[in-house]
Amino acid sequence: MSSILAVTDLVSGYEPGVPIVRGASMTVEKGEIVVILGPNGAGKSTFIKSIAGLVPKVSGSVTLGGSEISALPAHRLVHEGLAFVPQTENVFALMSVEDNLLLAAGILPKSERAGRLDAMYEMFADLARQKRLNAGRLSGGQRQMLAVARALMVNPRVIMLDEPSAGLSPKLVEQVFIDLSAVRKAGVTVVLVEQNARAALAIADRAYILAEGRNAHEGAAGELWNDPAIAALYLGGGKIKSQPEAAR
Amino acid sequence: MNLQFLVDGLLTGSIVGLGAIGVTLTYSILRFSNFAHGEFLAWGAYAALVAAGVLGWLAGGDVAAIAPFSFGWTLILASVIAMVFTGLLALTLDWLLFRHLRRRANAITAVMASFGAAMALRSLLEFIFTSSPAYFSRKLQIAQKLGLGIRATPDQMVLIAATAVLVTAIHLVVTRTQVGRSMRAVSENPDLARVAGIDVGRIVAITWMIGGGLACFAGIMVGLLVQIRPYMGLDLLLPLFAAAILGGIGSIPGALIGGLIVGLAEALAVQTVGAEWRSAVAFVLLIAMLLVRPSGLMGGKS
Repeated sequence: MSSILAVTDLVSGYEPGVPIVRGASMTVEKGEIVVILGPNGAGKSTFIKSIAGLVPKVSGSVTLGGSEISALPAHRLVHEGLAFVPQTENVFALMSVEDNLLLAAGILPKSERAGRLDAMYEMFADLARQKRLNAGRLSGGQRQMLAVARALMVNPRVIMLDEPSAGLSPKLVEQVFIDLSAVRKAGVTVVLVEQNARAALAIADRAYILAEGRNAHEGAAGELWNDPAIAALYLGGGKIKSQPEAAR
Repeated sequence: MNLQFLVDGLLTGSIVGLGAIGVTLTYSILRFSNFAHGEFLAWGAYAALVAAGVLGWLAGGDVAAIAPFSFGWTLILASVIAMVFTGLLALTLDWLLFRHLRRRANAITAVMASFGAAMALRSLLEFIFTSSPAYFSRKLQIAQKLGLGIRATPDQMVLIAATAVLVTAIHLVVTRTQVGRSMRAVSENPDLARVAGIDVGRIVAITWMIGGGLACFAGIMVGLLVQIRPYMGLDLLLPLFAAAILGGIGSIPGALIGGLIVGLAEALAVQTVGAEWRSAVAFVLLIAMLLVRPSGLMGGKS
């Protein structure tokens, strides 16, 4: 396997001189689902946002498919095949579902846009039924679906998601993770930041645990799932159930 | 009741509406009130005056007017040149000033800077062209009877038609094209627009070009209907903002409707209560709107 996304010693933060990510690294292989976990304030969101070009990087390298992309602005990264779904306000609420998707399709050649739109409607049937509705009027789960569809519209190599399950009911959380497994099956590499560690580990191949902006631990999802020390520290403790094989 | 106020109101309303579109776009996409926007009207009018003069000189002197209008082909071509020039002027101002403030300072700093820029731009016009008024043409136009006691000159009628065409075109661009979709996206959520692959810098540039171009056309209208003076933009600044707020910040049809309301109300006030109350009308409408419906007639966001 070749690593599709590699982050090395990334230092980043919103204000100059106040780094939030302080030298974190991550390697993602093609076709993997990788989850980034960690306690509140560990810098997980900042880490993924700086990879997406939304938070200024101070130092470190980010490569996508072997080419250095750390100096590229956010909108160029999409052209390179790195898509990002923010945690909140991740759809254009005042625009229709279809306009949200067509907007993202702007970087595709004109001849491919309609086909991609159909593919998304096929993958997310709920969206097809509500294409004329303003995205702000969708339910929480459908919004998340639209946010993912918007990111997938351009056929990215890697999709990164910041807490896709935040604010959703348990049933919808389950649906989001089923959708993400389907995304991976469609050949897209998935990187996600999650608070909902158990649900994320259930579909992930590997996980990185960040603490205070640095790598604290990494390993195969099953390994972390079964490590009582890690579970107590980072996964919200509690009773440790076995990882359901079926979900993986 | 004399219906003549409809023509005067439509004309003032078109001028104010075209200027207000720029104000509303700048506000919704760049998130600050640009008080230098009025100066784009004045600079646009003078740019057209100079361009028409140069074109006339190149054509070998006096160019005949196209009957029944007061202007010839030189002004039509000069208008296009001046609109591009004014768009570029707006872009240059952003590049030299606002771009840096957006990065480092808060919105109020940009607003204050726009006051300063307005003064500098105005003084520069006064320095170059003096404060005495200039005219595109001194040809007198006879108003034609349109019925119902309404009279309008051919210039007035063609300008109203041109405004309708311009506004429809801009409205179609914003609602139907990828550029328009991108503008709406940047206005709603710039960060999300970036991760959706939109070059925000390019959209900002397009916004300045559209705002500057329309302001220029409004300035040319003032020049054709009244006169060209360095202070013409300052005089229109309050009505521009009143119209943008009245229509709902961010809404292009709203800005035009807001402009028409301000224009018609002003014209009606002149006819009914007296010309000295004209400037107060925009104020009253603005305050009433802010009290009753702060998001404006067509505003989605408050």
